[in-house]
Amino acid sequence: MTTTMPTTSPAPGAADSVFPALEALLPLVQKPIQYVGGEVNAVATEWDEADVRWALMYPDAYEVGAPNQGVQILYEVLNEQPGVLCERTYAVWPDLEALMRQHGVPQFTVDAHRPVGAFDLLGLSFSTELGYTNMLTALDLAGIPLIATDRDESHPIVVAGGHAAFNPEPIADFLDAAVLGDGEEAVLQLTEVVREWKRSGRPDGRRGLLEAIARSGVAYVPSMYDVEYLPDGRIRRVVPAQSGIPWRVAKHTLMDLDEWPYPKAPLVPLAETVHERMSVEIFRGCTRGCRFCQAGMITRPVRERSKAGIAAMVDNGLAKTGYEEVGLLSLSSADHSEIAEVTTYLADCYEGSQTSLSLPSTRVDAFNIDLANELSRNGRRSGLTFAPEGGSERMRKVINKQVTEEDLIRTVATAYGAGWRQVKLYFMCGLPTETDEDVLQIARLAAEVIRVGREVSGRRDIRCTVSIGGFVPKPHTPFQWAAQLDHETTDARLAKLRDAIRTNREYGKSIGFRYHDGKPGIIEGLLSRGDRRVGRVILQAWREGARFDGWSEHFDFERWAAAAETALADEPVDLDWFTTREREHAEVLPWDHLDSGLDREWLWEDWQDALDEEGVEDCRWTPCFDCGVCDQMGTSIQVGPTDLGLPEIATRAAAGHSA
Amino acid sequence: MSRNSPPGAAPPPRRAKPPREHVAPVQRLRLRYAKRGRLRFASHRDFQRAFERALRRAGVPMAYSAGFSPHPKISYANAAPTGTASEAEYLEIGLAEERDPAELRQRIDEALPPGLDVLDVVVARTSDFAERLQASRWRIELPGLSAAEAAEPVARLLAADEVLVERLTKNGMRTFDVRAALLGADVAPGGDAASPCAILTVVLRQVTPSVRPDDILAALRSVAPSPVSTGWHTPPPLVTREMQGPLVEGGSAEAIVVGDPLAADREADQT
Repeated sequence: MTTTMPTTSPAPGAADSVFPALEALLPLVQKPIQYVGGEVNAVATEWDEADVRWALMYPDAYEVGAPNQGVQILYEVLNEQPGVLCERTYAVWPDLEALMRQHGVPQFTVDAHRPVGAFDLLGLSFSTELGYTNMLTALDLAGIPLIATDRDESHPIVVAGGHAAFNPEPIADFLDAAVLGDGEEAVLQLTEVVREWKRSGRPDGRRGLLEAIARSGVAYVPSMYDVEYLPDGRIRRVVPAQSGIPWRVAKHTLMDLDEWPYPKAPLVPLAETVHERMSVEIFRGCTRGCRFCQAGMITRPVRERSKAGIAAMVDNGLAKTGYEEVGLLSLSSADHSEIAEVTTYLADCYEGSQTSLSLPSTRVDAFNIDLANELSRNGRRSGLTFAPEGGSERMRKVINKQVTEEDLIRTVATAYGAGWRQVKLYFMCGLPTETDEDVLQIARLAAEVIRVGREVSGRRDIRCTVSIGGFVPKPHTPFQWAAQLDHETTDARLAKLRDAIRTNREYGKSIGFRYHDGKPGIIEGLLSRGDRRVGRVILQAWREGARFDGWSEHFDFERWAAAAETALADEPVDLDWFTTREREHAEVLPWDHLDSGLDREWLWEDWQDALDEEGVEDCRWTPCFDCGVCDQMGTSIQVGPTDLGLPEIATRAAAGHSA
Repeated sequence: MSRNSPPGAAPPPRRAKPPREHVAPVQRLRLRYAKRGRLRFASHRDFQRAFERALRRAGVPMAYSAGFSPHPKISYANAAPTGTASEAEYLEIGLAEERDPAELRQRIDEALPPGLDVLDVVVARTSDFAERLQASRWRIELPGLSAAEAAEPVARLLAADEVLVERLTKNGMRTFDVRAALLGADVAPGGDAASPCAILTVVLRQVTPSVRPDDILAALRSVAPSPVSTGWHTPPPLVTREMQGPLVEGGSAEAIVVGDPLAADREADQT
């Protein structure tokens, strides 16, 4: 194959570092270190050595974005490829944004400080919809037209990924493409499509490339689909705008995590970030079947990393980063089939060193106390977190969080008995069918936890913190049809709960209560289940100053509500229509043409089961319940135990302590 | 790869290790390091985290403090402010095993990101190290100002008995007498005719709370004849600590010399 370089590359110098201009602004902003890059294990690839160049963005502040595993994995996967360059960019805080506008400094990557507009692709990872306005800031600062159809060949292809990309319709106007599911193989396939298009002289320009992407099925290209509406505002149908474009676009599923031990060299930022630890993903997917949980629904099936694979990643990662803490990540880490063996082994390996282990997501059962004890052999037993999610037994049946009150009390009692002083309980408010009484049960449960805790520990200084999040119905879950609870009712319900906790004379002082008001959840709901018309609301809110909407000090509900009113004035729909309205079975949902593998009929039946307070088991240890994913995607569960042994501890310890 | 197979692996051999006790240092080393280029924007806390991780990556056998959360034995001296470059930062580490200083310098330097560079390592042989860090020589670039423009305010500052400036610190607004800490100042031309850049070199005595280069600029602004000139940036774009150490005896006001604070250890090592 010839390697004719494209004829219409950006003007000479267009990719030069903007650091000299940026450097003059840095003494004037907060935490300038977040903008300079220079992380340990960052990769520097020469611009001219690559023919496909990616900029990856986590659309939040560096302190949140830099530790993100998705971006770190793709950064490494792409940079390993010959002829591919990948750099990272993050949202700049408003202080720097203002200076960049004043001095004409464009959105830049932190690696080589190149203008984001000079790259072939800009990939955005959306863990949450509240990053949408930060995307618009970045596009605007990069000089990339906000509306995708206004872009020409000189502009990067803007691609969204991450969980929010399973309904990219609210940002469809701003995106060129969206990748559903696991990104590792998808970014490589996209790279090939772009490379081929550039090498063959960019046939049919930007439109030609978008068509090639859409036809390949690797990503969803919103501009290749027409959305038609019914007079009442509901969607009539979503159809390909031309022939050869697939009717539905499917998610990507990475099989065999042991083949993909990324990140192999995790980035170690200089700036302080939200996760000062190394993370190893021990499995992907979850089939517990919690009905509110979008992550658990869209990442099926469960694919475990083997215990040997985990041990190797921990060992290698610690050596390359110098971190002192390792987090074993997944959606429910204690569910790994070899977790007891892995934790004992790792605890043995690092006993006597300063290295500590944590399991960030664990369920409520006694088994997890054993794990927690194992992970805290050094005696530091500060706090444990459990997530019963629903306050009453009835609610937990509705959401399919199968834990009884008896289980919970027994587990927590074991924890207090084993020396833990502080237990944090996480619940949601606003779940389908919920009443005040369901939420007030949380106060009773917390009091019972303290009563039993004092009894088994013989101490009065034990504490329990109740933390409440507002429920937001998400696409591709059984609750995708549900009405979201309005923020007034949410706030009133939480006020009653707060009073119920405070007025408990005997136990109230031992119970902490943390919650947020219901307003941000309503905007998250709008952005989660919205359709293409919501794009106008986002643009309007952004123009009015919306930035960093995941940060309470920046979020402004009134601004969003006003933007929705203005932008949807000519439509038969409004903010309530998108959020607090229950959908019917027959309604075409904005994301129905995006295939998460879940059978729509199964989701509907599960929704009906929820209303009937009926549970569903986990397919890892009971027969398949036909959610549809494995059949549709050609995948299968990958769980252990494996026969891959673990290395001898003596060898590892010697290697880890050589100096 | 075979999955869903029966558990075949034997449980790993368990080897109990004693919990880490308080490890007294058997060797103390003093390091001179530099903070350069874009990494000058690292705060002191950022540097501390980066340095401790580099020690672990380099496998340096650190001594630890006692207690529930043991910390590696490291003491830092007079860190330069965030955004300020430095060729002369110092710290001391305590090791649990003896190491060759030259070899360790290289190992730690390689483990640190480029821009955080270890320049010198000596075995601590003297006890009054902190007292030897008496003064610092700072180089301050003033783009947009010619040497002639900068010279007059500098002369006025040197002629004054007292020049007070205010700065917001963690403990609230504080007043500093810049003149009292200023041991010498010199202006040299830099840049070119089209874009002049005066180079100001000052020697500041180490006092508590410390008087910093941005206080010098605030003082120069307050004594300057014309209100505000374009060159008096706040904070200035590029400031570098060039030297930090003892004031060498006999240095006149015009030629203050800041010496090498590691020299005493090096000499003691050779005797």
